[in-house]
Amino acid sequence: MANEAWLKSTIDGRRLVLAAAGSWTATHAREIEPLVDAAVPDKAKFEQVDIDLARVEHIDTFGAWLVERLRRSATARGVTTAIVGLDTRFKVLFDEIAASNKKDAWRPHHEKPIVVSLLHIGKSVLATRDDFVDMINFLGVVAVAFARVLVKPWKFRFTSIIHQLDIVAFRAVPIIVLINFVIGAILAQQGIFHFRKFGAENFVVDMVGILTLREVGVLIVSIMVAGRSGSAYTAELGSMRMREEMDALRVMGFDPVEVLVLPRIIALIVALPLLTFIGSMSALVGAGIVTWLYGGMSPDAFIDRLREVVDLNTFEVGMYKAPFMAVVIGLVAAVEGFQVQGSAESLGEHTTSSVVKAIFLVIVLDGLFAVFFAGIGK
Amino acid sequence: MDAQNVDNVISVRDLEVGFGKQLVLKGLNLDIRRGEILGFVGASGGGKSVLTRTIIGLLPKRRGEIEVFGKNLDELDELDRQKVEKRWGVLFQGGALFSSLNVIQNVQFPLREDLRLRGRLLDEIAVAKLEMVGLDASVCEKAPSELSGGMIKRAALARALALDPEIVFLDEPTSGLDPISAGEFDELIRALQQTLGLTVFMVTHDLYSLHSVCDRVAALADGKIIAEGPVESLMHAEHPWLKAYFGGKRGRVAMAGKRT
Repeated sequence: MANEAWLKSTIDGRRLVLAAAGSWTATHAREIEPLVDAAVPDKAKFEQVDIDLARVEHIDTFGAWLVERLRRSATARGVTTAIVGLDTRFKVLFDEIAASNKKDAWRPHHEKPIVVSLLHIGKSVLATRDDFVDMINFLGVVAVAFARVLVKPWKFRFTSIIHQLDIVAFRAVPIIVLINFVIGAILAQQGIFHFRKFGAENFVVDMVGILTLREVGVLIVSIMVAGRSGSAYTAELGSMRMREEMDALRVMGFDPVEVLVLPRIIALIVALPLLTFIGSMSALVGAGIVTWLYGGMSPDAFIDRLREVVDLNTFEVGMYKAPFMAVVIGLVAAVEGFQVQGSAESLGEHTTSSVVKAIFLVIVLDGLFAVFFAGIGK
Repeated sequence: MDAQNVDNVISVRDLEVGFGKQLVLKGLNLDIRRGEILGFVGASGGGKSVLTRTIIGLLPKRRGEIEVFGKNLDELDELDRQKVEKRWGVLFQGGALFSSLNVIQNVQFPLREDLRLRGRLLDEIAVAKLEMVGLDASVCEKAPSELSGGMIKRAALARALALDPEIVFLDEPTSGLDPISAGEFDELIRALQQTLGLTVFMVTHDLYSLHSVCDRVAALADGKIIAEGPVESLMHAEHPWLKAYFGGKRGRVAMAGKRT
């Protein structure tokens, strides 16, 4: 394209003339920079430096800045500098550039990696505490909203709940059925495979029956709902916050928690036990089919054995847990949704963390329930 | 190329752009001269942004020619086209700063790509650009989401100017700014145009901008340029849309403001 760029130095006694020529533009900045840095004169040798720009063909901000840097470095070393031969066209540019980078050069500051990781750990500990407080706080707010609605039942948003139920429960049925069916089948297959060594294939029914009804059914359903509906709640609430819809509700005298959050959480509380029931049944069907086709146990024998080993208690434990899981998922989703700031990336962040936290808490809660039910001997 | 075209950095001939059945630009002709600030006005939804986006290659055209720096964009291969693209900068209406980068990284982004400069020069140039658009080094490490509307526009302008382009496209640079910031932004554009010798293509609704910074104004209606010239000449044009535009209350107030 254009010509090269040069910087030629001529010595004239105690005076140094640096003659720049060619294209002092962005494309040549890479070559010019070392020339400029090498040309900075020493006070011991020179008193005066003239930077002669008469033969520069093109110059842009890059070139102008490099000239300015040369001038500043020379001045800093106590050498008098002058810029000569500057085309009047470029005078404005040079004035502008001379005014820039005045303060100490801005440098990106990097913390030491160890500090960064420690800082990160500290911040996440604090964030966990804040999250916990937020959750408790929000639980209170939702409870108050619920109490208000109980006192004035006509404020109960029945349509909204039905609408949410349709999305959260009804439309989730196929995926819940499918997933639990597969998981029931896998559990049964693994059980048969290993129990067969001891000739204890019949105990597969005990294992699958108790495991699905008590633990796996409700867990899988909760995890699916957290991923499916919890994330959707956070995204919906978050985008409403982003677009000031929540503020619009508030100034019209509505409580966003009552209007938006309560129906969603109630829908979840209704939906989760239903889905848990459907999911557990589906898992049992999956297990039954595998024990029949793979284990050679007839469906009648499977059902008889199931009746024998699984009592109502086991089923109840699974079902009792479901509404609590629903509250946790709903709360996490709402808290995260309400924390969304103005930007789209914040929405994405909170949606992700809503799912992660909900799944984590659901599993922790399941563990606590296991301890609790063991404690009361159920 | 005939001699008359030499000073046109962009010339658009007989341009047709449409979506589906709807034709937005119907045989539009427009010249942008070197070193001028061209204001571009037109009704909302009338195709102002469509023209801008077609010139910079974001929308396909159905017919017509676009010449930039005397080169027909259709005849360029990928590499030459990229060379042309490096010679213009675009300020999008919402700034379009990369949200995952901080301000200085945004400005450095086009520089990093193929200039292969050292870190120190990269930082100095980026800070110089930010200072030219009236920001200072304290915003360097802020994320775009932490900036006010006016600062976003300035940072985005710094990014558009990063490679010292010859043409700058500004899409409604003053929209969403308060009148003081908008006025400052107008002056900034004027100052930068003089400093860097820019050619500026400015889509705007701001009547004050038209009066205060634009050398020429082109008006778009019915998919064509209905008038172009200094803003005063457009104010006396006969086209009903222009009459409504400049003769409306806002137009008159802006004009009165200009005189005082």
